[in-house]
Amino acid sequence: MTEPLVNIAGVRLAYGGGAGTLAVDGLDLSVGPGECAAVVGPSGCGKSSLMKLVNGLMPPTAGTIHVAGKRVDGPLKIVGMAFQNPTLLPWRSTLDNLLLPLEIVEPYRGRIRRERKAFEAEARALLSTVGLAGFEKSLPRQLSGGMQQRASLCRALIHNPALLMLDEPFGALDAFTREELWDVLQRVWMERRFTTILVTHDLREAVYLADTVHVMSARPGRIVTRRRVDFPRPRTLQTAMLPEFTDLVNGLREQIRLERDDAAAAKESEAVR
Amino acid sequence: MIPSVRRNLGTAMPWLIVIVGLLLWEASCRAFDMPEFVLPRPSRIIEALIADFGAIWFHAQHTLITTVTGFILAVLFGLVLGILIGSSQLAYQGLYPLLVGFNSVPKVALVPLMVVWFGIGTAPAVLTAFMLSFFPVAVNVATGLATLEPELEDVLRSLGATRRDIVVKVGLPRAMPYFFASLKVAITLAFVGSVIAETLASNEGIGTLVEQASANFRVPLVFAGLFVVSAMGILMYVGFAMIERRVTGWAIRPVDFGIGG
Ligand SMILES: Nc1ncnc2c1ncn2[C@@H]1O[C@H](COP(=O)(O)OP(=O)(O)OP(=O)(O)O)[C@@H](O)[C@H]1O
Ligand SMILES: [Mg+2]
Repeated sequence: MTEPLVNIAGVRLAYGGGAGTLAVDGLDLSVGPGECAAVVGPSGCGKSSLMKLVNGLMPPTAGTIHVAGKRVDGPLKIVGMAFQNPTLLPWRSTLDNLLLPLEIVEPYRGRIRRERKAFEAEARALLSTVGLAGFEKSLPRQLSGGMQQRASLCRALIHNPALLMLDEPFGALDAFTREELWDVLQRVWMERRFTTILVTHDLREAVYLADTVHVMSARPGRIVTRRRVDFPRPRTLQTAMLPEFTDLVNGLREQIRLERDDAAAAKESEAVR
Repeated sequence: MIPSVRRNLGTAMPWLIVIVGLLLWEASCRAFDMPEFVLPRPSRIIEALIADFGAIWFHAQHTLITTVTGFILAVLFGLVLGILIGSSQLAYQGLYPLLVGFNSVPKVALVPLMVVWFGIGTAPAVLTAFMLSFFPVAVNVATGLATLEPELEDVLRSLGATRRDIVVKVGLPRAMPYFFASLKVAITLAFVGSVIAETLASNEGIGTLVEQASANFRVPLVFAGLFVVSAMGILMYVGFAMIERRVTGWAIRPVDFGIGG
């Protein structure tokens, strides 16, 4: 078996010191190189916290996180991130927004002055793979929400990260745009095969895109179930209509409902005591 | 309404209101036979403006130079201070209460102190203009820097951005609209500051002119002086509004607000 790219072992995170809110506890998760892993779970279970931990933005209270064989102890620089909110800089054109990571992360940072033309060409190519050719000079406010999210995805990928982390990237989009972007993401991923961790509330999205779906418990979050998803790629909306697909989604939905009820019951019995 | 008519009306509106206001003022002064040393009619004020043009021009120039000097100092200082408190939590916590405290002190009360330190003349006026106008600049720049989306900060930090990278690439450009908006407010406050100080401790400037004119019951001249100050204030404001629109067009919705923003 190949070495996992991301390996999380026994991680606990307490906000506000050891006695503070436990966001995650006893979290184990590993993601192989080139794999697309989806993480689903009830709201507030620590999914965004998990992202920050893997990124090295916060140290875990206990446990270890390894990425690409090295223990994480600070910002990683080999990670691309995108969120529900596209967070493009409103004063920069789409193209210049894409170049932002290259102005920051080494080795591009040292080269961008001299090789700007080459980098711009790369950015243009990336924009056209997500269907944004012709919008290089547009400001973010001249783009629709879906187009901004495409640009945000490109910004996360421009420095060829080994790991892409997406936190509900399509959560704010309408159903049609969302499904369109699933295909965009799948296409880019199939071309480049970066490892992906996708946090989402949409179970169909998780099953459509992921090789493995990890279900988290209510807070403090840990992984309670994993499901492999073996539908052949590229998956299409036809795939999403297969009975096996629907069964898998319904199974996951049931699992999360149980998790939520368990948590509520646990709270209740605590209150009774 | 047709958009172009609306826009023209928008530009004409301030002028219309001023003219109508002056006409009402003139009419009611005449109707109630208002004594001139209480409230002069606008036509008398305009007469005074023309009759004493030389003196007013001399003092106005002085006030303008004083104000602009104080204002420039305030912008530089406010910018540095704003960057400091906007980009460092520690500086914010340490300095903000102090700043609020300082800003609560009426600056008029400091003018006599400055006379003790610097003597009667330009220095107290420049300093009063400065003290009154750096605060909005500092606060606005700090706000612009501090209101960074946490997600964007995460994106940048995960790429290994230093605090300086974040301030330069994101913080400062984001603060620019706030900065230019603050200039419009700051310049008007600078006029207030310099004129106050001139009234109390100077031999030159519109403040002095107004003070002496009112001592001699030349009330039309008092009003003429005040008109000139507010005209200078409006001109500077419009100038900065125009610069603001050019520099930070990405942040301003394409709506015409008459006096430009
Ligand atoms: N900065 C913080 N300080 C203190 N507590 C926090 C902080 N951020 C998150 N938490 C707590 O940690 C828990 C997990 O938060 P997190 O944002 O990781 O959840 P999430 O799974 O991403 O939720 P959602 O699905 O609603 O986005 C929450 O219960 C929250 O109260
Ligand atoms: Mg979240």
